[in-house]
Amino acid sequence: METGAPVSQARTAAYDEMHTKDGVRPAYAEIERWLRATLREELDRKRHVAELLFRRIGITFAVYGEGGDPERLIPFDIIPRIIARSEWERLSAGLRQRVRALNAFLADVYGKQEILRAGKVPTALVLENEGYRQEMAGIAPPGGVYTHVAGIDMVRTAPDEFYVLEDNCRTPSGVSYMLENREAMLRLFPRLCARHKVAPVGRYPEELLETLKAVAPARAGGAPCVVLLTPGPYNSAYYEHCFLADEMGVEVVEGADLFVQDLVVYMRTTAGPRRVDVIYRRIDDEYLDPQAFRPDSLVGVPGLMAAYRAGNVALANAPGAGIADDKAIYPYVPEMIRFYLGEAPLLANVPTFLCEREEDRKYVLSHLDTLVVKLAKGSGGYGMLIGPHATLAQRQEFHARILAKPGDYIAQPTLALSTCPTMVEQGIAPRHVDLRPFILSGREIRIIPGGLTRVALREGSLVVNSSQGGGTKDTWILEDEAPTEAPSQGQSQSRWVAG
Amino acid sequence: MLSRTADSLFWLARYTERAGNVARGLAVASRMAAVSARLGDEVEEWHSLLTALGGETDFYRKYPEPTAEAVVHWLVFDPDNASGILPCFEAARRNARAVRTALTVDMWEALNDGWNHLRTLLPDATEGGNLPDLLGWVRERVTLFNGAAYETMLRDEAWRFVHLGTMLERADNTARLLDARHKLLTAETEGAVDYVQWQAVLRSVSALRSYQWVFRERLQPRRIAELLILRPELPRSLLACFAGVAETLEAIAVGQGGRRGECHRLAGGLHARLRYGRIDAIFEEGLHAFLTTMISRAAELGGEIEAFYIQG
Repeated sequence: METGAPVSQARTAAYDEMHTKDGVRPAYAEIERWLRATLREELDRKRHVAELLFRRIGITFAVYGEGGDPERLIPFDIIPRIIARSEWERLSAGLRQRVRALNAFLADVYGKQEILRAGKVPTALVLENEGYRQEMAGIAPPGGVYTHVAGIDMVRTAPDEFYVLEDNCRTPSGVSYMLENREAMLRLFPRLCARHKVAPVGRYPEELLETLKAVAPARAGGAPCVVLLTPGPYNSAYYEHCFLADEMGVEVVEGADLFVQDLVVYMRTTAGPRRVDVIYRRIDDEYLDPQAFRPDSLVGVPGLMAAYRAGNVALANAPGAGIADDKAIYPYVPEMIRFYLGEAPLLANVPTFLCEREEDRKYVLSHLDTLVVKLAKGSGGYGMLIGPHATLAQRQEFHARILAKPGDYIAQPTLALSTCPTMVEQGIAPRHVDLRPFILSGREIRIIPGGLTRVALREGSLVVNSSQGGGTKDTWILEDEAPTEAPSQGQSQSRWVAG
Repeated sequence: MLSRTADSLFWLARYTERAGNVARGLAVASRMAAVSARLGDEVEEWHSLLTALGGETDFYRKYPEPTAEAVVHWLVFDPDNASGILPCFEAARRNARAVRTALTVDMWEALNDGWNHLRTLLPDATEGGNLPDLLGWVRERVTLFNGAAYETMLRDEAWRFVHLGTMLERADNTARLLDARHKLLTAETEGAVDYVQWQAVLRSVSALRSYQWVFRERLQPRRIAELLILRPELPRSLLACFAGVAETLEAIAVGQGGRRGECHRLAGGLHARLRYGRIDAIFEEGLHAFLTTMISRAAELGGEIEAFYIQG
């Protein structure tokens, strides 16, 4: 009888989150037993059921303009990723600290600009950045919060080595997968879930709503009107927009559903205009208001920024928050933490070379075979060079591109992303993963214990983006250090495994 | 409720109802055309159906003559006819998709499965003997959708806008299907095939049996018109439909603390006119003139609902 668990060990130098040299880490003990005891056919069947489940609910990721099926399913891997309690606590303390500093930085660059005057961040890098919104200067959003929902991408390289790969302070997406993946796991593997004390994630929508309500203008009183603003059904994250609005019990609106009169935002309802207090917007800055930003925007609300400046409506995230997650600003985040909080950074940054700086550029151009080169403004894993995996021609192309527009590129050493056991064609094998936890900032900072684990399904691949063939996993933060052991099913109790 | 949501609910119900009624009208016309063919006025049959359904001008821009083939294609598949069966299903589904979370799963599946089946049909689905089956299937899908809405929707504002759309569209469609045969019903003398035609009128609103139950006598044109216009027991009569419209608008107004507008006045007026109307007076005025007025008042009412709840 073939079982599902000839779990092969990682052959790469990457940190294997499940195995040590001589065994299995305590947090994964129960997963290992489960995989060993479950038939491969059964796992395949469950994987198939999971796929049907996702199709049925309609959790798709729309990719337009690339041909093929525009409504794609992000592959879901049924083997959960486990993070021990102590690991998570260290991580979440670091995330809290980082987001506090990012918000302080935003309040500062749109206010007194002390960090620029102190010379800790180059002035031109901020003020001449595309992400910097002059329109925001002098506006004080409620509670001084700019990035109400932040997604911080983390990678792991060793037991205690977590790196921040990038900050997402504008409109990070993916949280619906965190929630739906857990739902799928609870349905598919109720007993496996029960044997682990997994920290629940289901309260996210409630916490998000609390966060949004907390930043409502004072006049809104106890029951502010919150809406979610979407660009519409053709947006890749439209499913998530509807899902979150539905879970929070708020309206999902398009630009045309809102209008501004006398500096107040209203939505058109069957009972007449209704005043809107907080807009959780999932539209990019440039499209928010054709009167303030791109005049050709059809998805925005004319006059919205004027209403915002007048303090009559809250926008989450605040326009201009993108300056904090710019890849050229990223190297300065540890400095921000020291500057605003007077603390030592708890989470490490990946060393980053800014091709704009001559010294850095020279180094990058002569080490293209070992570095990862990214667009300073890019996202989604597009326009990226992974030096060690690239052909000579690709490296030469990037060489030329960097010389032509050095300011557009940054480079980082190629990290050995940690691996987790993943179901692939040949069986179960280690694949590289990252982690995007979501941090909510309102009156206080809240972090749901969990996040979106993205997994690069191709062997050896380090690119986890869903647009580049990545999948997702459920992420289990354990309440205990180690899971309880299972009795072997249907057999005598004497076969309990000692742990 | 968000105006856009109400708009989509209202229109998805209207398009669905319209698809069903076009199928009814087409089923009866193709049956009648078979009878009339022998008498040589087959063309007249198709022509009056087109006139009644209102797409006449666009049709003649595209086709020289109302042959059976052309009319059937126009009313079932042609993308240029927004009131055709497939385009109606498409528009209904598009609206449903935009307000997916306001619908129940059963409603969504009734529409989505119907659309998926229709769009994969081969052209021979409307040929000869296949047509009645197809039209019967369309009526079934619409009945399924209406049943799903009736049985699974919360009785809140969302339900009321769906119901409002169904009722208003049905009123319009009944008036049109009756108008398609107004000449026949007001003729002084009884022709050879008239009896069959009268049956056809009743069949087009699924009311042949109902006539017998209500009047218990042989078919008479004036009685037929009375049944379809003034009888409250027939669920597709103008009176029943406008009563539904007025009641639903009233329920929405009550739900909003008594906020009312021109659409409420108009709906109340139409309802009262039918409720206290007499068939003899209608025939004196002229059946065609009366029905034409009803159709345009229904359109006006639709505009006022739009102005008050959607644009306002």
